[in-house]
Amino acid sequence: MDKPEIKLIGEDGLRTDGRRLDELRPIKMEVGVLDKADGSAYIEHGKNRIIAAVYGPREAHPKHIALADRAVIKCRYHMAPFSVEERKSPAPSRRELELSKVIRESLETSVMSEVYPRTSIDIFIEILQSDGGSRCAGITAASLALADAGIPLKEIVAACAVCKIDGKIALDPSDIEDKQGDADLPIAYMSKAGLVTLLQMDGSLTEDEFNQALDIGIAACKKINELQIEALKQKYISVKEQAEERHESQGAAA
Amino acid sequence: MTVFTEKKQLVAPGEVLAEGSYFPGENTYREGNKLYASRIGLAELVANKLIVVPLKGCYIPRVDDFVIGRVVDIAMSGWNVDISSPYPALLPLSETPAARCMAVRKDLTRIFNVGDLVMAEVIAFDRTRDPLLTIRGRGLGKISSGRVVHISPAKIPRLIGRKGSMISLLKKATNCEIIVGQNGTVLVQGRQPKNEQTAAAAMYMIEREAHTRGLTDRVSEMMNRELR
Repeated sequence: MDKPEIKLIGEDGLRTDGRRLDELRPIKMEVGVLDKADGSAYIEHGKNRIIAAVYGPREAHPKHIALADRAVIKCRYHMAPFSVEERKSPAPSRRELELSKVIRESLETSVMSEVYPRTSIDIFIEILQSDGGSRCAGITAASLALADAGIPLKEIVAACAVCKIDGKIALDPSDIEDKQGDADLPIAYMSKAGLVTLLQMDGSLTEDEFNQALDIGIAACKKINELQIEALKQKYISVKEQAEERHESQGAAA
Repeated sequence: MTVFTEKKQLVAPGEVLAEGSYFPGENTYREGNKLYASRIGLAELVANKLIVVPLKGCYIPRVDDFVIGRVVDIAMSGWNVDISSPYPALLPLSETPAARCMAVRKDLTRIFNVGDLVMAEVIAFDRTRDPLLTIRGRGLGKISSGRVVHISPAKIPRLIGRKGSMISLLKKATNCEIIVGQNGTVLVQGRQPKNEQTAAAAMYMIEREAHTRGLTDRVSEMMNRELR
């Protein structure tokens, strides 16, 4: 395969967006952004902008998909037509269908679905703006939305990709690194249990490169997991602070 | 044996609560020698048992629960009732006082029509069977007046308060009759719309701020301000 020669790592060892090889892009998360959903989360990971919504547990429709011993989990990963440079058809593509499936499987491990038999838990991941590693950011947001919905989870799943650019292993590829790089390795990880719940790879890596990539990917997932927990708690902490502050100011006035 | 959380500390799913031989209660699970939270909520240690009081979640019926629902469909010999739970409830004709009346059996809408609100009690529910309701009992049956407020079922214990302290405060301050369904649906009946509105506002406030300290004082302050 011939690729146009683009230098992804500069002379100074920094990447096209000025990051070091082991540096994450800036991440911002917010929980409870949608009123009508049972749980929701918004994430900005690099240039990715993603909303995840969770509905349920609710009655399974059509009824025959319900399972007698646990909840069914449905997942839809969808890219908005305006999320990429060239308009994307809003109809689900083959890629989106596949991503929906792997995302669902990576989250299923963490959900204690046996608590709600015969119901369905529906996850919607909407990519508003896409960058490299949108499936990982989607998993990160969706798991946060599940936690926000009050669905019992073993823990919150975090995800991050690792890539190989200019022959070197680099963390968290941006769009151009994803497309021009030699390999891409998305990882979803449960930090407490130490379980990898998603591992895909395109391109090629040697065994040593793979091990190195997995190690830095897992370390990044642990970092992201801490951010997730903080974002989830922040929703309640800010209500608490506002309420108690209001109370104090009123108390002072009286 | 160590507990890592303080009383009423906010915990997220996957956070370690304790190590050692504590008993895993509601919304917690054990993995090896450690206890973890499985839901967002407030951790508490009761005797030797760790529990997480959830801050969010759906209503799971329990036998003997008092609920308020809406009739959504008329079945062969009963009504399907939406009790805002993942499980649809059935109120069989045999659980109504008029079960033997021939005219009623021919036309179930004589008792409840689609859209009617009903106060009922859960008489049966388990993992394999949808909840069954009854309206045999004091104070159960159709709702004909008042205002219905929906709040998260997870916040119902807070709305009631310790030994009913919060709910009696609301009743007293707003001078309304307040009937709390365990499924998060609350019926408010007052003399004036203003009072009902204040009671509803207080409930929304409790729902939003259930995990804060000094809530009772703030709610009572707010109601006094509104009703002055």
